[in-house]
Amino acid sequence: MTLLGQFALWVALLLAVWSATVAFSGRWQGREELRRSISGAVYGTFAALAVAALALWKGLVTHDFNIEYVAAYTSRNLPSGYIVSALWAGQKGSLLFWALVLSLFASLAQVLTPRRYAALLPYVAGVTSAVTAFFVCTMIFAANPFERLPFTPADGRGLNPQLQNPGMMIHPPMLYLGYISITIPFAFAVAALLSRSLDTGWIHAIRKWTLVSWLFLSIGITLGMWWAYVELGWGGYWAWDPVENASLLPWLTMTAFLHSVMIQEKRGMLKRWNLGLIIGTFLLSIFGTFITRSGVIASVHSFTQSNVGYFFLGFLAVSGVLAFTLLYTRWPSLRAEVQLESMLSREAAFLFNNLLLVGVAFSVLWGTLFPILSELVRGSKITVGPPFFNRVNIPIGLLLLALTGVGPLIAWRKASTANLRRQFTAPVTTGLVTLVGLLASGMRDFYAIMALALAGFVAGTIVQEFWRGVRARRRMHGESVPLAFSRLVARNRRRYGGYLVHVGVLIYFVAFSGMAFKREMEATLKPGQSVRMQSPFGHTYTLTHMGVSQFEALNRIVSAATVSVAKDGKPEGLMTSEKRQHVDSFKRPTFEPSTEVGIRSGLQEDLYITYAGSVNGTEEAVYRFTINPLVWWLWFGGFVLVFGGVVTMWPGGGPTVAAPRRAVAGYEVALVGGGPE
Amino acid sequence: MSSLGRRDFLGRLGALAAVPAGLQVQDSLAGRGDVGTLRDPYAAGRPRDVTRIEDYDERIKAIEHRLACNCGCTLDVFTCRTTDFTCTYSPKLHREVVAMDKAGKSAQEILDAFVAEYGEKALMAPRPEGFNLWGYLLPGSLILAAGAGLFAFVSRRRVAVAAAGAPDAAPSGAGPTATPEELERLRQALAEVED
Repeated sequence: MTLLGQFALWVALLLAVWSATVAFSGRWQGREELRRSISGAVYGTFAALAVAALALWKGLVTHDFNIEYVAAYTSRNLPSGYIVSALWAGQKGSLLFWALVLSLFASLAQVLTPRRYAALLPYVAGVTSAVTAFFVCTMIFAANPFERLPFTPADGRGLNPQLQNPGMMIHPPMLYLGYISITIPFAFAVAALLSRSLDTGWIHAIRKWTLVSWLFLSIGITLGMWWAYVELGWGGYWAWDPVENASLLPWLTMTAFLHSVMIQEKRGMLKRWNLGLIIGTFLLSIFGTFITRSGVIASVHSFTQSNVGYFFLGFLAVSGVLAFTLLYTRWPSLRAEVQLESMLSREAAFLFNNLLLVGVAFSVLWGTLFPILSELVRGSKITVGPPFFNRVNIPIGLLLLALTGVGPLIAWRKASTANLRRQFTAPVTTGLVTLVGLLASGMRDFYAIMALALAGFVAGTIVQEFWRGVRARRRMHGESVPLAFSRLVARNRRRYGGYLVHVGVLIYFVAFSGMAFKREMEATLKPGQSVRMQSPFGHTYTLTHMGVSQFEALNRIVSAATVSVAKDGKPEGLMTSEKRQHVDSFKRPTFEPSTEVGIRSGLQEDLYITYAGSVNGTEEAVYRFTINPLVWWLWFGGFVLVFGGVVTMWPGGGPTVAAPRRAVAGYEVALVGGGPE
Repeated sequence: MSSLGRRDFLGRLGALAAVPAGLQVQDSLAGRGDVGTLRDPYAAGRPRDVTRIEDYDERIKAIEHRLACNCGCTLDVFTCRTTDFTCTYSPKLHREVVAMDKAGKSAQEILDAFVAEYGEKALMAPRPEGFNLWGYLLPGSLILAAGAGLFAFVSRRRVAVAAAGAPDAAPSGAGPTATPEELERLRQALAEVED
């Protein structure tokens, strides 16, 4: 199967090179057979890469340990689900997975794009094929997943225990899907620049793709936080690790694009900015891949150091220079159709929102690279950890949260004082009431107070918007509240789906603020001994060590420490945290013992128990107990955010035929009324 | 009764032989108050010391949250030593912190001592001084500068438009006439359908 896999990789490379060469040469214009060969090569690349992936999967499933990748990431006793997910567990396999998904997306872009954008498609195929060719080249020349060993080991090393978690079966693919799908909007942007089709056509063509990409990134990042929380055992979900930061960067710029593109659609502004954002987002996705795979910056998440990093660095530089040069050559054709008229307008609010989102992205990138810069300039190594990122980014994040509430309420073009009063009285009151309530309750953490008060303000804006929409429908159509609500959302999914996304964002901030009140302690307990721990919500946990039991599971020896939990004296049940010594099928240890935490999750807080080990091989256990307030809300916020995103991109519910007429009418009304209110 | 293959049997025999004989039997039941021994203590990770009061003292913890572990984990000393139980660096650094604390050094003096011994990378965040100020101030400064530039640009343009006497926008033809009540109703209807 390795021969077939190798052959398939070469076929994929040749087809991708053909597609890119013909597309960029422009010879396909007026020659239908050449034009068809471009898209044909895209489909062929996908088929070849699918064969390569199946070949590797067969090697994994049949335990062909003569393949270096199979021996390095699986063992005979590895649970079947993880054998399948081992395809993306290592450097080489994940490159193949990346190329496979990219070629799939490239094919879908050719098939699903409406025919009115057909002129862009050969260039789109050219870009996607060039990127695919790069990944296949990297595999063939630097990280070949079909590399064979000079001998065949009796068993493989097995999968890293921290990757043996259901979250890891879906978190990396989701993140990859996000990263990879960014290539399609980038390809359309380059196609628009090359073909000089610089109207809003390319933006309409990529709308679904940008949302899909943003959604996958959102899901991937949230699942990554969840995996870090339940698997890494340090009691948190975000450590500002370089690889975590790398995933956040394209999400931030993509979020900025999703906002600024509305201004281009409605007002014909920010054309250059939007193209720059898409190009930047693509480059950041490649940068993230470079950080993860090069080992240039220390990270617990990164793959082992390899020369693959040089390939990515070169590709990053070349694609950046080419894309921005292309943008520069089209600069004069990208003038805005109208200019910004007032700082008190939705356009201005969106501009500032973009400024802050890109500012946060820059800040995160700056902090991630600052250790390297410091070493270059001063020759001394420094650590840039959470205290740095929190100090720099929390104020910007709070401003961004405030703008989340301001943007949707302020009028297009120019807001009057009456408009501001009408829109903001209730939400500002909500925010102030929240602020006073928090202060009265004794809360003193400045950033947590600000986050919660601003969340109150944003919640006020969203509730007001939904309430006004429902009230208007009830008045015009006489509908019941539930019917009016559902039709309101269904008729304008983009707007109200966007509000749901904002609800998710504000829930995120509420959850983040909870970590300011985290409590943690260590204790050594003999069976039957207890320790008491005070929750920030006032109640007291009594945690009693019940003992440690050991047993064998499929591929590990488990030491399970059990704790009986009582809350304010009332029994709450048992919790278990484990030490796992993974072994191969010959019972030989494969990795250092890993830790599985015990988590009891509630709306107020999570009780998080870590079994650190035993004293002198006895049942006397060392524990770390952590109380993490409001963590459940993070996962719920992620669900709401993704649900809102799905509502936004759900087919139908878009502008109707009458929409342009309404827009014109609104414009006239604004003029007659002396400015929109 | 489950069957045991020859390979499994030999494997288990080998594993048992690797464990000291005295540790093979668990001599107490969980939850009974006795401190029994584990059947396979090596499977439960590195042996741990009994937690002392200074291991979770809030002051020590606060200092350790500001110190980076040098095992490459990117975590602070407290988090690493209570999370990565295979790390040998963070327990050593913890002992150094405790020793300095017992010697009467203040938090700042302990941090300074770590910087003197291990370099500035011993801190979780660089000190906001000298070149490091670029790290702290550049992002916020750029955002402020860009915001101020944007504000100035739009204000200047508005002044220029007003000076030229140009209309605020270019409506095509006269707008419709309507009463304030009609306008309000239309605005509300538009508010519902507007993106």
